[in-house]
Amino acid sequence: MAKTLYNKLMDAHVIRENISTVLIYIDRHLIHEVTSPQAFEGLSIAGRKLWRKSSNLAVPDHNVPTTNRSSGVSSISDPTSRIQIETLGQNCKFFGIDEISMNDIRQGIVHVIGPEQGATLPGMSIVCGDSHTSTHGALGALAFGIGTSEVEHVLATNCLWQSKSKNFNIEVNGSLNQHVSAKDVALYIIGQLGTAGGMGYAIEFSGNTIQNMSIEARMTLCNMAIEAGARIGMVAVDEKTIDYVKDRPLAPSGIKWRKAVEYWRTLHSDKNAHFDKIMHFDAKDIKSQVTWGTSPDMVVAADEYVPNPANAKNKTEKISWKNALNYMHLNANTKISDIKIDKIFIGSCTNSRIEDLRIAASILKDKKIANNIKLALVVPGSGIIKKQAEEEELDKIFINSGFEWREAGCSMCLAMNADKLEAGERCASTSNRNFEGRQGQGSFTHLVSPAVAASSAIAGYLSEVK
Amino acid sequence: MQKFTTFTSIAVPLKRANIDTDSIIPKQFLKSIKRSGFGANLFDEWRYLDHGEIGMDNSKRPLNMNFVLNQAKYQDAKILLVLKNFGCGSSREHAPWALEDYGFKTIIAPSFADIFYNNCFKNGILPIVQNNNVMDKLFSSTDKITINLDTQSINLNNNTYHFEIDIERKIRLINGLDDISLTLQYINDIKAFEKHYFNKYNWL
Repeated sequence: MAKTLYNKLMDAHVIRENISTVLIYIDRHLIHEVTSPQAFEGLSIAGRKLWRKSSNLAVPDHNVPTTNRSSGVSSISDPTSRIQIETLGQNCKFFGIDEISMNDIRQGIVHVIGPEQGATLPGMSIVCGDSHTSTHGALGALAFGIGTSEVEHVLATNCLWQSKSKNFNIEVNGSLNQHVSAKDVALYIIGQLGTAGGMGYAIEFSGNTIQNMSIEARMTLCNMAIEAGARIGMVAVDEKTIDYVKDRPLAPSGIKWRKAVEYWRTLHSDKNAHFDKIMHFDAKDIKSQVTWGTSPDMVVAADEYVPNPANAKNKTEKISWKNALNYMHLNANTKISDIKIDKIFIGSCTNSRIEDLRIAASILKDKKIANNIKLALVVPGSGIIKKQAEEEELDKIFINSGFEWREAGCSMCLAMNADKLEAGERCASTSNRNFEGRQGQGSFTHLVSPAVAASSAIAGYLSEVK
Repeated sequence: MQKFTTFTSIAVPLKRANIDTDSIIPKQFLKSIKRSGFGANLFDEWRYLDHGEIGMDNSKRPLNMNFVLNQAKYQDAKILLVLKNFGCGSSREHAPWALEDYGFKTIIAPSFADIFYNNCFKNGILPIVQNNNVMDKLFSSTDKITINLDTQSINLNNNTYHFEIDIERKIRLINGLDDISLTLQYINDIKAFEKHYFNKYNWL
């Protein structure tokens, strides 16, 4: 029978079926410092051991400072952040888990370093106590975020009880417009679907627009699947996927590589496979996107206007829009390009990869950021990306234009470290969530692509690339 | 985990859609390495007028009396009523920990985000899905509501509304079962799976 990619991946991992759930095997468990301490504690209290040590890989990312790291974890000034990172280190040492520590060049955001190290492979089932685990689906893996109880469950059993998701095919065809990238595609789709449009589904992104995207761009797209309510976002394996994985530190080699590739080439939805839901988009309809509200689906094209709640499609949406405008200190019908900004953040598991930095740098070259920009940050997704960018002298372009060039981590995407917005500050951010208070209590976030973040930095206002 | 038993309580009406887990428990409280004590910071940015940080004496902080949770009549509520897509965003289990620690046993909404919905069951919270007609009835009443998981029913003023729940989740909640112990019953299945699996996919 013709199968979808999701069903192929699920079927390969089913250990047993109960009445309504299946027990699936987990190949890779990625761990960070925020959602793991209580899981390790639970394991210790129950006197349980790890089921399969080598399936785990840990890295601190949410709390790490992006400046002055040379004296190590002990010098982190916020004691609660420091304790959390130290606790991860102690837990990994106690249980014998590989940890990429803060000052290791391989350190970075968990969803960036997984694929970068080859810890993420096509066909794997991958979980992490983080909703953006959907990112790894870009390599044809079954990847989704879990809570801390499930982190403990995976540590103890390498299994999880799952209800099967429905299959959703989102097909995008055509050439992308100039300066439009995967981030704009993601925001545009979320705007059309709503933040609950993918609820209960595993999304497969297909079509020639997706096929023409790099693996990095596919990661950006799958990363944002969760913002449409889908725990899983995936792209079929193709030659680009295989080229990307080849020679990564944890990727197989020799005979094992050839056998793996043979299997990976089967990881696509079969022709005529049944999808519960299908949507088609035309790439030419997608322009540079900017969010105006407090949910990722509150989004318009950068050359448009803040919408009017009077035009909302129902009462619930009308109230949500009014609340959002009130929180964001914005008036309906304001031109997006008339919105003045204070800070710029280029980074996060959505947009901190080398091609994101190349795009932003190409726009900033020989330009200065506007006088009203108080702070502009570039936070690479990993130490390796940072080094690569420095070899390409992108850091010089950023610094010359007025940006700060930082160390790798989650940083201002969720402001658990020192990088945050003050109340009343407005930011053009390449991150994934514009929720109230996400980047700092009382602050305003506008989600954008790296290109729009760079051109907004130059303009001092939200701005598409001119 | 505590067993889920039938109970009767008033409900707090929080009429907002798409309430994300960042709003349920803001990130600064995620720096705790403990599982308990999050209740005082549930909905922190809406509930208090000042900026909350970990370790503060929350009893001394200024309350936002316009926020429904702070109104005197809702102080002992064990049921939370919200609009669609509750718990969207981050997978943080600190969100159900905060709701449970505050005293909520049931949340009723037209829909829940997937990861949050799943996390509730790990913490003895029953998330109930109801259509908008029933939600309107629940929102418009201030009377006590009885939640009976065994019969899968909500009772309000002698009107009974049925709710659906996955049978396995129901059994686990009613018996307060620990997932890990349950899974380890299948230890032989897991080992047999691994033998076959790693032979077939020998690069893993």
